[in-house]
Amino acid sequence: MSEQAPEELPEPGPPAAPQTRVLGAVAAGGALGALARYGALVLWPTADGGFPWTVFAVNVSGCALIGVLMVLTVERGRVTHPLVRPFLGVGVLGGFTTFSTYAADVSGLLVRQELAVALAYMAATVGAALAAVWAGAVVTRRLLDRGARDVRDGGRAA
Amino acid sequence: MNWLLVVIGGAVGAPLRYLTDRAVQAHQGPGVAYVFPWGTFTANAAGSLLLGILTGAAVSSPVHALLATGLCGALTTYSTFSYETLRLAETGRGFLAAANVVASLLTGLGAVFLGAELAGGFGG
Repeated sequence: MSEQAPEELPEPGPPAAPQTRVLGAVAAGGALGALARYGALVLWPTADGGFPWTVFAVNVSGCALIGVLMVLTVERGRVTHPLVRPFLGVGVLGGFTTFSTYAADVSGLLVRQELAVALAYMAATVGAALAAVWAGAVVTRRLLDRGARDVRDGGRAA
Repeated sequence: MNWLLVVIGGAVGAPLRYLTDRAVQAHQGPGVAYVFPWGTFTANAAGSLLLGILTGAAVSSPVHALLATGLCGALTTYSTFSYETLRLAETGRGFLAAANVVASLLTGLGAVFLGAELAGGFGG
């Protein structure tokens, strides 16, 4: 498998955990993530017809964090406890970010004839989310590689 | 008390997304899990349809907290959608990455409109 596609992710990095424990971790994380998103919306409500800045910030920050998390867990296997990815990735970040509210907000803006805001919000979220996950993954990979180099060089000097 | 309903909805929505993803990937067979992320696509489409129905039905605030903010919010995800798109792009599948973005957006929007239509329109 690795010779055909060397960049293919190992399937899956950490050892598997029992299914009930995985589901429990996903549920607990999802509850926390959804609560955090709800809290953000209570603290920073946005007006109907305006740019939904709060959901925008929630989704973009969640994307940056999953970029970091996936490099640490799956790609480089630095964090290997089998419940870390179900809890933090599938649960917390999956529950924190939302596609349905994003789609419904775009639809709501279209229905209100706020065409410019609808298109700006739709495009800005996709663009910023993809840039955030890319930046999160790339920065984490570089930091890990630098750390590994420092350890190797330090070990040689000692 | 709405926050508690959001917690309950989130605790149900996230495992539903996980099980949906697993079921769709099992249907695809091993080895093609990263060819096209149908699992996340399906969860996002289903959650958007349900949220459209709830929007069209103009449900009460507690029901909205439980099902819209909690369940639909956690059933759907932007983070996994973005990461899977990034992986497609990084592994030389730029066309599939772009297709995933366009298809997810159009399907999500269409699902919200369809759901609202089924439930009786956007508040009339």
